[in-house]
This record gives sequence, C-alpha cells and structure tokens, in this order.
Amino acid sequence: MRLVLELILPILLIVCALAVTFSKRLLVSVVIYTSFSLIMSVIWVLLESPDLAITEAAVGAGVSGLLLIYTLKKIHALKGTSDE
Amino acid sequence: MSKMARIRKEKKTPWQKFCAWVNGDAAEQMLLPAQPPKESKKKAAKAKREKTTSNHRKDMGLGQFDHIYRICAVLIGIAIVSVLMAVVLKLPLFGSPDNPSVNEVVERYVEKGLEETGAVNMVAGMILDYRAFDTFGESSVLFLAVTCVTMLLMRDRNNTDKKEDMLTAQEHVIEGYEEDIILTKISRLIIPCALVYGIYVVLNGHLSPGGGFSGGTIMGSALILFAVSYGMIRMSRFFTYATFRKVTSSALMVYAASKAYSFFTGANHLESHIPLGTPGAILSSGLILVLDICVGIVVACTMYGFYALFTKGEL
Repeated sequence: MRLVLELILPILLIVCALAVTFSKRLLVSVVIYTSFSLIMSVIWVLLESPDLAITEAAVGAGVSGLLLIYTLKKIHALKGTSDE
Repeated sequence: MSKMARIRKEKKTPWQKFCAWVNGDAAEQMLLPAQPPKESKKKAAKAKREKTTSNHRKDMGLGQFDHIYRICAVLIGIAIVSVLMAVVLKLPLFGSPDNPSVNEVVERYVEKGLEETGAVNMVAGMILDYRAFDTFGESSVLFLAVTCVTMLLMRDRNNTDKKEDMLTAQEHVIEGYEEDIILTKISRLIIPCALVYGIYVVLNGHLSPGGGFSGGTIMGSALILFAVSYGMIRMSRFFTYATFRKVTSSALMVYAASKAYSFFTGANHLESHIPLGTPGAILSSGLILVLDICVGIVVACTMYGFYALFTKGEL
C-alpha cells in the first residue's frame, strides 16, 4: 500500500506541475496548484514529517489558493464571471 | 489562417480533448452556446494585432530572429533541466547515515533535545528554542508583508474618489441582506471546529506535530470563512484595524522580550528562572508554549489581514 502510494504520488505531482503550466485559464491553474499542495502534504506524511504536512495543507492548499483567487478577482481575470 | 480555427479542427485527438476538458472549454460550450459575435470580434482583433506586430517586426528586421529565439529557448531549457538532473543524481540517498547533514549538530539535537528544551516534539524544540531567532525573523517577515499590503491596498481618503466610495457603499448594502444560506449553515458548523482545532494545534505544539505556524493558519482560515459567509460588517464587531495592530504588535513584542531574556541569560551563563517542567505535560518546555502562542496569533491575524485587504481594501 505504502509502496504504491510512494510510486503514484510523485507521478501525480509531476502531472499537476505540468498541468499548471499548460492550462490556459488562470482559475484552473490555481485549482490544480492547490491539488499539487494537497498531494505534497500526503508526501510529507509519507516522509515522516507531519509538521510540514500540516503546514503545507493549511498554507498551500488553503490560504494561498484563496489569496490567488481573490487576486484574480481583483484584477478582473476570472473567466466566466461578470467580472471579466 | 488564425490559430483558434486550427485548434478547433484538430480537436479530435484524445490529448486535445483532455486539454479542452482541463481548460473547461467543453463545459463552457454546453453552458454558454451562443456567443459567436463576441468571439469573431475578438478573433478579428487578435488577427489584426498579430498582423501589426509581425509588420512591426519586419520593419525592425527582427523577423529572422524568431527562429533563433525559439531554438535558444529550447537549448537553454534543455541545459537547465540536464544540470538539475545531474545534481539530483549526485545527491546522497534519502535517510542514509553517511549524509553530510548527519553531523554533531543533529546528534546534539536528538540526544540532548528533550533534556535541554523539554519539548517532546523535537521539531518544536528546534525551531522555537535552538533556532528561535530564525522563527522570530519569519514572524517579522509576515508582519512586514502585511504592512506592505496595507500600504498598497488600504483604502482611505487619499486614494479613492466619490465614484468608488459609492460603489463600496452599494456593496455594503448588498452584503447587508444577501446571505448565502448554504454557506452560512455549513460555516456555522465548521467555524467552531476549525477554531478549536487551530487552538489545539497551537497549544499542543510542543507535544505533537503542529505549532504556531500551522495552527495560526488554521485559525486564520476560520476567520476568513467567517468573513466570507457573514460579511465584513459582522466581522468588524470583534476584529477591526485597531485590534489587528494591537494584537499583532504586542504578540511580536512578547516574543522578542521573552527570547531576549533567554538569550541574555544563556550568553552570560546565568541561570534561567523558567522551569522546564515534566516533558509531556501541557505546561512544560519553558518558553516554547509562549512563543507558539505568539507566532500563532501573528500568523492568524496576518492571514485574515491579507484576505481582508485583498477583497475590500480595509480591515
């Protein structure tokens, strides 16, 4: 189980990192970036550093994604909303 | 032929379908089927822009450099990737005992950490006792960052005009009676749990994984959720700019003062009068608990401050 996770999660990480750069929409990039952070926090748990895992999940997947989305809203770059 | 049309034609391969799905194009076509005039206008504008830029490039004699630029970009990319890969191959194995990072510092931390700091969680003992100065710098950096955001985004009399003031007043009126019922009901359940969990992570930082930064972020996200679901007006009943300033700066001052005491006694070989307590108890490990609480308060206020300044331009 652990071995499978250790194999799958880095691959998912690379897929996420590529998808962030190749997605055309900024909002989609932000969402993929938060999922990148979530995968990263699971990897931190597997590497036996739960402190980093908690911080990564709270900062990377939570607050920074929120701040990025609000920045996009502020500069009117959210596609599909009335702000664009 | 414009680029968009070419992409439309070649959309049949699975990779491009996947790309379209990732970008949400398929969903958008279902949701917003009728938008042809706008798009054609955009296309025309794009083509015009491309034409003008290409003409401009030809005039400047830069047309022939386009290929060279691309080749150079690819070459530089390959070079950087190969250098990074070579470095990664030379790195020592993860967790092997011959690593250069395994030296007398680590031995000291692992062997005498519990005895010297009194913290069961070794990481907390490291970042808040041996290297508390670094953590103080990090908290100060967060405080400075929020100060800079305040300088840039804070809304006051000098950088707004009457029109903007009217728009904000309208937004306030809309916010007053329009509450999302799903959001408010769910957040009523979630916010207390998130706040209590954040406080637990901060207070238990020296015993279990966690500490000031993570717990503070969890508390900050609970505050942000409250502000999103109940509006800034209710938020300002207990959290204003004055509270933010007082709480954050006093937390930083307490951190600096308590750490200055331990630095003073440590450097002059004086006996510290702060008891370390029994390891494992909640009131133990000397100053670490106090420092954790200070860092947690600073981080929670900073996270909420970022949110408030980014959305409304006021705290």
